[in-house]
Amino acid sequence: MEIKILNSGKTLRVNQDQDLSSNTTKILVRDLEMFYGPVRALHGIDMEIKEKAVTALIGPSGCGKSTFLRTLNRMNDTIPGARIHGTVLIDDVNIYSPEVNVAVLRRMVGMVFQKQNPFPKSIFDNIAYGPRLHGVIDKAVLEHIVEESLKKAALWNEVKDRLQTGALELSGGQQQRLCIARVLAVNPEIILMDEPASALDPLSTAKIEELIYELRKNYTIVIVTHNMQQAARVSDFTAYFYMGSLVEFGLTKDVFTNPLKKETEDYITGRFG
Amino acid sequence: MRKEMLGSMEQHRLTKKKEVFSEWFIEKLLLMAGISSTLIIALIFLFLFKEAVQFFKTAGSFDLIGKWVYDDWEERNVFKMMWQSISEVPKYSLIPLFCGSFLVAFPATIIASVLGIGCAIYLSELAPPKVREMLKPTIELLAGIPSVVIGFIMLAFLATFIQDVFHTKFRLNAFVGACGVALAVLPIMITIAEDAMRAVPKELRDASYALGATKWQTIWGTVVPAAVSGISAAVILGFGRALGETMIVLMATGNAALVTGNIFSSVRTMTANIAAELGSVAQGTEHYYALFLVGAVLFTFTFTLNFISEIILNKMRQKLRM
Repeated sequence: MEIKILNSGKTLRVNQDQDLSSNTTKILVRDLEMFYGPVRALHGIDMEIKEKAVTALIGPSGCGKSTFLRTLNRMNDTIPGARIHGTVLIDDVNIYSPEVNVAVLRRMVGMVFQKQNPFPKSIFDNIAYGPRLHGVIDKAVLEHIVEESLKKAALWNEVKDRLQTGALELSGGQQQRLCIARVLAVNPEIILMDEPASALDPLSTAKIEELIYELRKNYTIVIVTHNMQQAARVSDFTAYFYMGSLVEFGLTKDVFTNPLKKETEDYITGRFG
Repeated sequence: MRKEMLGSMEQHRLTKKKEVFSEWFIEKLLLMAGISSTLIIALIFLFLFKEAVQFFKTAGSFDLIGKWVYDDWEERNVFKMMWQSISEVPKYSLIPLFCGSFLVAFPATIIASVLGIGCAIYLSELAPPKVREMLKPTIELLAGIPSVVIGFIMLAFLATFIQDVFHTKFRLNAFVGACGVALAVLPIMITIAEDAMRAVPKELRDASYALGATKWQTIWGTVVPAAVSGISAAVILGFGRALGETMIVLMATGNAALVTGNIFSSVRTMTANIAAELGSVAQGTEHYYALFLVGAVLFTFTFTLNFISEIILNKMRQKLRM
């Protein structure tokens, strides 16, 4: 569906196949605040992320969208001096309560990074890394997982004959799909993506976007993107962040065509940002 | 108008010429400084080998392995692999010196690798910044201890301790020397291994953590494998240093040139052999050239080892550039 955005004259294809606002809530964020030492990076974020839908986080650089993304699988734990207030409930469990096992959480909430980061190992070992961490040693099982993951990431046909070659020999786009396959191999329920296509050429970007569209049927996806068109194309929900606050959050078609706030409209139409 | 401009340009050119010359001069001066170390290595190589080959004027290359000598006790000719430079029939076998050098350098490298790699992992992955800031200068301090002091401690203290513990026949032996040499090569090994591990990009660690790995799983599954070539370069370089170490082995290994595989036996290394004998040898004699030959062999070993580790390090840097 093509939509004319406001009065900017630009048109965007907006993903609007079905209404997903009735989906169950997968992640419930309440009054989330995040500090890097004395600096407050997030201000009282409240958000409901729906299951089996794509939620895009947009906003100018430094607005806190990546920081927010990394609170969802506690990757901020690795940063010295990072503190958090508020709650993040995934399936009604607060992931910041002390009894939560972070390793299990991160397995459930996978993450794809901005810069493709395959290990300097073979393609097979890259995918098998996660399952091996969690105790899978049977070769046949591993082979099965590797094949399935690569198929889901639409990479199987390109690499099936050279699983033992080094992952760094793949092209940038293939490497990023390998990283997605690596995440799928540990069987997550949620996939976080931090600008997964920002370092890729348009063709590879299109492939990643297609993949996101496919994955959305089975996984809850949260994606940070700088690219307005990308947010419009792939997401069902859009959240606009500015200066560490959540300015607007809603169905993508609403946010892009009929934003409630003036700031959102200015950002989306390119008057600012 | 055009002519005027040309004139002024000519003028300009002339003044430029002076600058160009001074810059050329400074550049060449710095170039000399830059290539001086390469030049010096080349000269050392040349000098060593020029002297070393003269050994063969009077002796055969087989003499470097051993010699058939009439033995008064056994009353027959016996094949002797010995370094006996001052003797009725001088013997210049390199075999006992090889035994000595490797019997010290191998154990030293193993001890230093275990300690050094462990320390490097701790420093790069586990140590809180404050502890790291304290440990790094301490390690540099260790590198600053004169080897004669380490040798002294080995000779005076550790040798007795080791004899008490292992009931060794000789108080000064290869193992005592190896302990001292391990201390001497430890700092460089730690530094290179730690550099290699810190060069592993944060993105790789993040990828591992994001897949649900613990800290230890990340270290063993990602950081160490990614840095393995750098770590092996550290080990190879350490081995080269251990082969070249002189003062400690001269003081602590007993200096008996024996053909042996026993780590608790007294040994004489190539380095200690040169240090002990070159001061009292007459120039231009067969003995003199034999010592140069030992030096040339030693230099070839350490040069090759350094060269290999340098290649490995370069390869790793390229690989991790991603």
